[in-house]
Amino acid sequence: MSDSIAIELRDVVKRFGDVVAVDHVNLQIRDGEFFSMLGPSGCGKTSTLRMIAGFELPTAGSILIHGREMGITPPHMRPVNTVFQSYALFPHMTVAQNIAFGLEMRKTPKDEIARRVKEALELVRLSGLEERRPRQLSGGQQQRVALARALVNHPEVLLLDEPLGALDQKLRKEMQLELKSLQARVGITFVFVTHDQEEALTMSDRIAVMNKGKLLQVGTPTEIYERPNCRFVADFIGETNFIDGVVIGRDGNYTVLETPEGLRFRGLAVRPLSDGTQVTYSIRPEKVRLLAPNGELPPNGLAGTVMTVNYIGSDTRITVRINDRRTIDVWEQNTRSTLDRDEYWQPGEAAVIVCPPDNALVLSE
Amino acid sequence: MATIQQQQQRRDRFRLALLLTPGLLWLLLFFALPLVIIFVYSFMTNDALGRVVYEPTLNNYITIFTQSLYVNAYLRSIWASVLTTVICLLIGYPLAVFIARSPQQWRMPLLMLILIPFWTNFLVRIYAWQIILANNGIINGLLEIIGVGRLTLLNTEGATLIGLIYGELPFMVLPLYAAIDRFDFTLMEAAADLGANKVQAFLRIMLPMTMPGIVAGSVLVFIPTLGQFVVSELLGGAKVDYLGNLIQRLFLRANPINWPLGSAMAVLMMLVLLVLIMMYFRVTSEEER
Repeated sequence: MSDSIAIELRDVVKRFGDVVAVDHVNLQIRDGEFFSMLGPSGCGKTSTLRMIAGFELPTAGSILIHGREMGITPPHMRPVNTVFQSYALFPHMTVAQNIAFGLEMRKTPKDEIARRVKEALELVRLSGLEERRPRQLSGGQQQRVALARALVNHPEVLLLDEPLGALDQKLRKEMQLELKSLQARVGITFVFVTHDQEEALTMSDRIAVMNKGKLLQVGTPTEIYERPNCRFVADFIGETNFIDGVVIGRDGNYTVLETPEGLRFRGLAVRPLSDGTQVTYSIRPEKVRLLAPNGELPPNGLAGTVMTVNYIGSDTRITVRINDRRTIDVWEQNTRSTLDRDEYWQPGEAAVIVCPPDNALVLSE
Repeated sequence: MATIQQQQQRRDRFRLALLLTPGLLWLLLFFALPLVIIFVYSFMTNDALGRVVYEPTLNNYITIFTQSLYVNAYLRSIWASVLTTVICLLIGYPLAVFIARSPQQWRMPLLMLILIPFWTNFLVRIYAWQIILANNGIINGLLEIIGVGRLTLLNTEGATLIGLIYGELPFMVLPLYAAIDRFDFTLMEAAADLGANKVQAFLRIMLPMTMPGIVAGSVLVFIPTLGQFVVSELLGGAKVDYLGNLIQRLFLRANPINWPLGSAMAVLMMLVLLVLIMMYFRVTSEEER
């Protein structure tokens, strides 16, 4: 992976009438990286992708592909290819004709087309299906044809618009891994739009999280999950416990907050926060520890009562009430194989929650 | 004893026959039988009073192929139908695209606008065109005001063509709309994404995929246009003979009336249609492939 920039967005704005779909986005996507744009529907990720492809033009700002200003360059003149959400395969053409289309448009010699179509089909493991029509293929196969049709043109960047959305869960997981290894093999920059946070975490080198047209955070999957920079990102990626409070001071590396009912929590602040700031404390359920009470509370401990216990196979998910208006979710991994439910927590049982401050975040906004 | 399956098959067959009988009887009586009569008449001759004389002959067909009056009527009608179809297609396609691409809540009202003329009788609408095109009509009034002066519009072949296009356009637009409405415009983006400019994307993707609509619309326009006689009589002034005018005259107004010759013309017209439409299907299905 080199450090050169494949795509740069400079202060890009897209308005549809009164609606701001993309709001002053600045972004650099590196050459050869698997870059995901993640956010809920309507967050502006697809609009951003469509502007890179040239289907939409920015209202303001500029888009550069390998340093070249795209301006009003139409889609067919841009060095990128797209895999559409609906695949958009040409139904009246065979698989081979679909894949050859881009090369034909670029006036590639016939024998080279034949060779590259064959290679592309091998790449996506569809050899032998050349003469099929798209409607004779399964969803997963159509997906591969769409990939081959784009990759055969050796684009500088491949844009993927929720390409796995239409597949069932199992196939989806398979394709995630396959796409990732495909990207590593061809070495082309992938820009992947998804609303599925797990998908983004699994596949990406870096992720950009968007909401309401704004770019909230760009980082590696670990950074996004472990160090979300705001409440929205912490909420959108994975599950978390949120507790609202006010900053009352610092304790070494940690920022201390107090809830309205007087509970105190300590955690890491993403940015310096002055006393009195309204903040949200966030701790992921798998990072909370649950102990049996033994008389005295450990540091960062809170007494509570187990309310619900849900066994989901890999984990047991426990909700603990710590006072009459607050509960905290705790996920414990089922490390022992036992059928005896008595060995797990029981509803109504007294318990102690420990929130390690190194695993907790204090978020503003 | 028949098995349950056999009993069920027998019952299904009986029900099917029951459902199909009225339609079959209707078609037999009012479509197949007249067709047979026309076919038989076309090999007969007539007497001085215009009655059909049952003496088999090929004279009617020989007359049609040897007299320029008849040959020209065929050529003129075919040409007018081709022209009408092509112009309807050129006007109708962009119109259908426009409607199909309009916001959802506008599509039905726009289609209604296409259909509203059908609420008025076709003859009345053609008479209305007389008023528009007449020497002292609306268009000439406007032309005079802007200083161009009056032109002869009514009773020309141009007027016939205008009337035909006007009358047939909805039959082109509706099947085109149905085909274009089904067309997924994401495919045009996909084509652009793969390096096709607008013209290439249209020719390679949209045109072949909407071909069923083009074929349906063309056939719906071409067939009635080939046999029409009202428009050329009312707007063209019956100055030149189209197929329909000749056939109508032979059946109703010639002295003596000549049903056998008219029948032969009608039979030939059907043959011409059959051949032309088969050729058309051949060409367009190659396009699709």
